[in-house]
Amino acid sequence: MTLPYVLQISSPELILGIGALVLLIVGAFRGEKGAALVSILSCLVLFAGAAAAAFGPLGAAFHGGFVADQASAFAKVAIYLMSAVAILLGDRWLHRLKAGKFEYPVLILLASLGMGMMVSAGDLISLYVGLELQSLALYVLAAFRRDDAKSSEAGLKYFVLGALSSGILLYGASLIYGFAGSTRFADIAHAVSTSPGTGVIFGIVFLICGLAFKVSAAPFHMWTPDVYEGAPTPVVAFIAAGPKLAAMVLFARVLVLGFPDAVDQWRQVIVVIASISMGVGAFAGLAQRNLKRLLAYSSILNIGYALMALSAGAPGGMQAMLMFMVLYMIDVTGFFACLTALSRNGKPMETLADLSGLAKERPGIALALTGLSFSVMGIPPFSGFWGKFYAFKAALAAGQWQIAIFGLVMSVVAAFYYLRLIRTMWFDPAPGHTDAPPWEARAVGLGAALFSFPVVMPALAVLDPLARAAAQAFGFV
Amino acid sequence: MVGILTLTTFAPLVGVAAILILRAFAKPEHAEAVKRNSRWIALWTTLATLALSILLVVNFDSKEPGFQFVEHLPWFAGADYRMGVDGISVLFVLLTAFLMPLCIAASWKSIDDRVAEYFIAFLLLETLMIGVFCALDLILFYIFFEGGLIPMFLIIGIWGGKNRFYAAYKFFLYTLLGSVLMLGAILVMASVAHTTSIPELMVYKFAPGLQTWLWLAFFASFAVKMPMWPVHTWLPDAHVEAPTAGSVILAGIMLKMGGYGFLRFSLPMFPNASVMFTPLVFALSVIAIVYTSLVAFRQTDIKKLIAYSSVAHMGFVTMGIFSGNVLGVQGAVFQMISHGVISGALFLCVGVVYDRMHTREIAFYGGLVNRMPWYAATFLLFTMGNVGLPGTSGFIGEVLTMTGVYGASWGAGTWTALIAATGVILSAVYALSLYRRVIFGTITNPKLETITDMDWREVAIFVPLIVGALALGVYPHFVLGVTEASVTRLVDAWHLAAGA
Repeated sequence: MTLPYVLQISSPELILGIGALVLLIVGAFRGEKGAALVSILSCLVLFAGAAAAAFGPLGAAFHGGFVADQASAFAKVAIYLMSAVAILLGDRWLHRLKAGKFEYPVLILLASLGMGMMVSAGDLISLYVGLELQSLALYVLAAFRRDDAKSSEAGLKYFVLGALSSGILLYGASLIYGFAGSTRFADIAHAVSTSPGTGVIFGIVFLICGLAFKVSAAPFHMWTPDVYEGAPTPVVAFIAAGPKLAAMVLFARVLVLGFPDAVDQWRQVIVVIASISMGVGAFAGLAQRNLKRLLAYSSILNIGYALMALSAGAPGGMQAMLMFMVLYMIDVTGFFACLTALSRNGKPMETLADLSGLAKERPGIALALTGLSFSVMGIPPFSGFWGKFYAFKAALAAGQWQIAIFGLVMSVVAAFYYLRLIRTMWFDPAPGHTDAPPWEARAVGLGAALFSFPVVMPALAVLDPLARAAAQAFGFV
Repeated sequence: MVGILTLTTFAPLVGVAAILILRAFAKPEHAEAVKRNSRWIALWTTLATLALSILLVVNFDSKEPGFQFVEHLPWFAGADYRMGVDGISVLFVLLTAFLMPLCIAASWKSIDDRVAEYFIAFLLLETLMIGVFCALDLILFYIFFEGGLIPMFLIIGIWGGKNRFYAAYKFFLYTLLGSVLMLGAILVMASVAHTTSIPELMVYKFAPGLQTWLWLAFFASFAVKMPMWPVHTWLPDAHVEAPTAGSVILAGIMLKMGGYGFLRFSLPMFPNASVMFTPLVFALSVIAIVYTSLVAFRQTDIKKLIAYSSVAHMGFVTMGIFSGNVLGVQGAVFQMISHGVISGALFLCVGVVYDRMHTREIAFYGGLVNRMPWYAATFLLFTMGNVGLPGTSGFIGEVLTMTGVYGASWGAGTWTALIAATGVILSAVYALSLYRRVIFGTITNPKLETITDMDWREVAIFVPLIVGALALGVYPHFVLGVTEASVTRLVDAWHLAAGA
């Protein structure tokens, strides 16, 4: 294997890594004046990375520790584009708060680099490196408003619990290495039979627990509502989208490639976690009055669906998981973009009651939020329905009808809180003046709503074969 | 290739686009013009859709039992765009397009808040409802079926009465719960049969054990939609709170989606399970007929009374569908069409007095015949239709379904028909007593002294409905002739599959 080939395979990471370092230097020399420039350049770097991921060569590098296949390319393009949207949202937002800092886009670049590593991980070492790079950048981002107590609290909480989960994950990885004799997924797959020993099982369970924390699946979800509530809204838009997809792909990669024969063992754990996530997400969401906490529980519920798709295991399950996550990411980004756009007399709208009468005041954003709510609820013809369509189809095709029925019923429970959102906007009287929404948040919100319907209808014909090809790359036929 | 079905289904969207453009670009001082123009755009759009659907029915070949005007466009691996109608569905398309302009006209004056949004919601609803009856792909069907919840939820929630939030939630969540179970079944069918095409699935033989579960999942959805006892409780609430036009659509079209679903999915796709569950359906149907008729008698709200009477009449439909013979199924389809006209007209009758007095309490009224003779005559005609008086369309449907059930191939048909027959008497009891209390007698409430009879707009709304109810009652062949070939094929296929 020659060096240039290795560089070709990892070209998206190189572009992002070098770009982040160069922009750090640019920012350091230009100071706060250069924040806008760094943001624009960061977006360009992300587009270049996405192009490199989409059109670059496929293969494995570093002795199988780093894999570039169609699955990683699919995920990377989606993640990088979402990161660019997050930079757009956050940069202007910070600018308005007179807190524009060039570190913001650079941190997002570093997190994206980590996410790219995660979706390309071929062994336990690169898994951990990617995960930590991404997580550390996110901890800082969550605490980005240093002078705000809630933001600092969110960052600290995220960090402490994240460190704990990383520890659990590492412990699981070390057990697996000890019992399987290798850190590479392909070698582990050879060493682990259909009935793995207790040590390996322990390792798998610890590994799953660590990863479940990263995707905020119940019962490892405790940090999610607090972080969502405390962190700056554009940062939450970022945390809620890309990192979830990256962690889900990583989840799929390590379980499907590392333990293909032990599928019956890990499937049980995934099914349990998915069911608990659905239940917690649906019922706990009913009690929420804070919009960001509400969306946190909604994300827990949706991760339950993604995990259900994963538990189907077959290529249908992988395709379903990828489709579900991509469609969900767009919805949730649109949701947070709308929240970023809304404020009343300079105070951001945070509670459900703040939204009352929005349809009269801001019909455009109200319509976008309504569409996105119906979408996340899973009502056809919105995009969220298609995500659920894939997820439930995969689960039912794999014979997992118990969890599928449970998930369907939970989606009805959750429908109640989305309906309450819609009701507040459309049926309740408006209490007062709403500020003019900033253009970029409005554009992202409306764009996401337009994607959820009607753009999704033709887009499915494009996304479906792409996700299918990506799923095939997981080594199933 | 765009066929007439696609045109008919999506024609209302043209009106939606026009109203949206009008709404988005009009200056605030032109609010009144926006309202006026929205009304006219909505009316012309629905009339154009009606013209298209009449064209559809005229070109429909009633000798041909299979699907006609079939359109097929490949979409993606999960679903295709397939449209087509047969004798059973084509008349529902016509019924939808027929009721819509009447609903628009009925909302002309009573809706004055967010007018543009109101008509957008109605036009969207029309597209989705016509789509339900035209879709020949499971997923496409589900999109239309479920998507209809959104505009209806908004119609009840925004333009409804005092208790509208409760009613809107209840409507939405009840129907959604039924629908998601159907979605599960649809996904199972798609992965077992490897197709989502309805014509292909109609001849696909599912294993009998699987049929049972799939039948139950579809039943959950259609029973809520119909609605059958005991999952009917959302209906009275939704009807009472919905604006008049919303009630007309709910009773006239949306309830029929349940019956249509049984005919399109449950019978042909799960024939063995349908036979097995016939006693269950018969039992629930007669309970619905007798019990809800008694409940209707006790109501103090006019709309609620008519809503309960709808549930009772739907009992005849479910009973007829599962009778297993051509007569019963023909009767069920006829009863659905007839009920669409009659119950729609009854809700419009309620709307006429509600617009004037803003109450639906039966006790508030009395002696209306003294001030509103034309109204009294109209109301009487449709009350008689509701009772099932010979000469009105209500009679044909009830007689056909009961005769069909009497000779049912399976289940205790004789007893079912016997008990159901008491429903005819009970319907006379509640409907005539409602009529007596609202219309007859002398005016005791001083507020009614100044009430005026129907104006030309209201008369124009009722004329087509009166013609429809009487024409179908005198010459039912209008409907039965169109449906006969398809119903015969459906029943024959069912006997063949269930006997095998």
